[in-house]
Amino acid sequence: MESYFDNAATTRADKEVIDLMVKVMDEDYGNPSSKHTKGMEAEEYLDNARKIIAKSLKCDEKNIVFTSGGTEANNQAIIGTALAYEKQGKHIITTSFEHASVLEPMIYLESRGFEVTYLSVDNDGHVDEEELKNSIRDDTILVSVMYTNNEVGAIQDIEKLIKIIKAANDRTLIHVDAIQAYGKYKIYPKKLGIDMLSVSGHKIHGPKGSGFLYRNDKIKTGAYIYGGGQERGFRSGTENVPAIAGLARAAELIYDDFSNKHKQMLLVKQTLIDGLKNIDGAVFNINRGLDATVGAPHILSVSFEGIKSEVLLHAIAADGVYVSSGSACSSNHPGLSGTLKAIGLPDKLLDSTIRMSLSYKNTVEEAEYAVSVIAKHVPVLRNFKSY
Amino acid sequence: MYKAFLIKYSEIGIKGKNRYIFEDALVRNIEKALTRVDGEFQVTKEQGRIFVEALSDDYDYDETCDALTKVFGIAAICPTELVEDKSWDNVCKKVCEFVDRQYDDKNFTFKVMAKRSDKSYPLKSPEIGREMGAVLLKAYPEMKVDVHKPEVYITVEIRAHAYIYSKTIPGPGGMPVGSSGKAMLLLSGGIDSPVAGYMISRRGVKIDAVYFHAPPYTSDRAKKKVVDLARKISVYTGSIKLHVINFTEIQMAIYEKCPHDELTIIMRRYMMRIAEKLALESDCLGLITGESIGQVASQTMQSLRSTNEVCELPVYRPLVAFDKQDIIEISEKIDTFETSILPYEDCCTIFVAKHPVTKPNVSVIRKSETKLEDVIDEMLERAYETEEIIEIEPE
Repeated sequence: MESYFDNAATTRADKEVIDLMVKVMDEDYGNPSSKHTKGMEAEEYLDNARKIIAKSLKCDEKNIVFTSGGTEANNQAIIGTALAYEKQGKHIITTSFEHASVLEPMIYLESRGFEVTYLSVDNDGHVDEEELKNSIRDDTILVSVMYTNNEVGAIQDIEKLIKIIKAANDRTLIHVDAIQAYGKYKIYPKKLGIDMLSVSGHKIHGPKGSGFLYRNDKIKTGAYIYGGGQERGFRSGTENVPAIAGLARAAELIYDDFSNKHKQMLLVKQTLIDGLKNIDGAVFNINRGLDATVGAPHILSVSFEGIKSEVLLHAIAADGVYVSSGSACSSNHPGLSGTLKAIGLPDKLLDSTIRMSLSYKNTVEEAEYAVSVIAKHVPVLRNFKSY
Repeated sequence: MYKAFLIKYSEIGIKGKNRYIFEDALVRNIEKALTRVDGEFQVTKEQGRIFVEALSDDYDYDETCDALTKVFGIAAICPTELVEDKSWDNVCKKVCEFVDRQYDDKNFTFKVMAKRSDKSYPLKSPEIGREMGAVLLKAYPEMKVDVHKPEVYITVEIRAHAYIYSKTIPGPGGMPVGSSGKAMLLLSGGIDSPVAGYMISRRGVKIDAVYFHAPPYTSDRAKKKVVDLARKISVYTGSIKLHVINFTEIQMAIYEKCPHDELTIIMRRYMMRIAEKLALESDCLGLITGESIGQVASQTMQSLRSTNEVCELPVYRPLVAFDKQDIIEISEKIDTFETSILPYEDCCTIFVAKHPVTKPNVSVIRKSETKLEDVIDEMLERAYETEEIIEIEPE
């Protein structure tokens, strides 16, 4: 049996997505900028895709800029804003446990004279509202907060945070990294007051190399990639039509019958929790109360004291169970996870944490199998605990 | 344009009657190295020289130099202009053109060196040197002759053709691989062992390698990393036969039955035993490790003494007196560093004692090992049976 519980890393593309992409590459392969029929056909895929995505966010089509993925969307939002608004101020706020595609642009901006405040998070991965309020200044041009943390599944109360930000400085723009949230929640940026929102296609059974940035009308940032003026000049380069068509198809599918998909994820997650809690030394990091509805429906972070997560990962992979280790490090390279540190995980667990991330396509049987495999290996590995 | 390379070798020159063995190995290795370069080449040996001649016009000069600087045994490489019409007037013309092409600024001192193996040539060597110097002075009055300490030596050799060169690229030195025998390298994914293999190979030693992995606890990426490292050093050492040994069962047994602070030492003793058996089967004359005194607990003098006693073959430890930084510098030079620091768990890091013994007492270790007596022979047998052999070729 195979249990793929690494869907936060990437998902398997949906068959319908693949079929559509093959059709676009094989039959409707024109360049949307070409004036002939082939070009027009390709352009229709783009228009249609934009319509589908806009509908899922309840926003206007012109607010969607297709990108090469989540990383590019985050970079465009953060660096683009910084460059366009630096006359208004050079202060940016983010959290200490963002994804590298947010943190690294921040570090780059610091090297270019911007000041970045990194908000701490509590054990549940929540931003301290007081700290946020006190951090906002007149020259704060941007706050970038992730909706769902990719490593532990912590969820921010975005609506509340935005109210605090707007009350303190209504000129401050708000960017939300929703790469782990889109498709797991219904997110309506206009209602929430989000100015920019990043999404990736391959986390929702779409293709890699696809994604988009939602940016509302008031955003003044210019082009991020210069060239032929595609995507209304914001993102030049011949549109990746097959990927964009695939992304839109994936978005359509994931929001179809959404509440049942959500229920299925919670059911599978609860099955994992109920099974893993019986393993000696298992510690849940966000789901301490053993309730699957806490945190993201598709991410479960669990530590096994006295076990090296990478060793466990390889052992269970040999039995067909695929997960991520909380950190990619070895004894030679102690580059321990920033997220796990940020939520206050004790040192001894940093290297003993795995992330199980699921999709609505995972079944209870797969969860039960994964639990049995982990339960088989943990005691064996712990026998040899000596470090 | 350079169409030929004169290969200079130093140590081979003093090998007396066995000299041809070294020269033939060097020719073979040069031919092999050049198969990776765009273009066709002919390698010839004549009168104490090796000539590499490019047969195609579109051969890649930079790639050729790069490949030659990685062939052990080469002391220096002289990119050479080949002149087919060796009549005196033509050679004079070509030498002037050569100097003009190579030196924009002609404000330098020079001396013409001449060698003549074609004894029917109308001018003798000293005459060639003298006359050519005069021709050059006339053509480029800025140039000055200095017969004692010239800035540039311009060499003209008259053989079947005429050869002109003035530039020398240092080679890697050492001796041609295959001229000294073979040794078994214990290759881990770390920084040291690839460097150790490189260094011993430089003395003309052909390399086989053994890697111990611990599936499923070590990943295929860790194994691939070792394959990549072997491939990187194979650019210097030539093809490598990599023996992959599944060490999981033995490692687990050691952990189960022996004192935890002795784990690494006992583990290494079994690695040495296995490596020696594979070495003897493959006609190797020694083992190679990347150990350096005191670098880690298993490399103290006491530990080395404990791991050394289990084999009879000599264990070559070229890094034994090197500091880590010196080793890193070599690994950067041979382009293994970046690969070596990839963070994958290997079989030495999965289960490690918190406080390993740093001054193991050999008799204590021997006694601990007896606890494995009942099971170890079978386990070793299984390890040999499941050996995987990967043939590594330079890319």
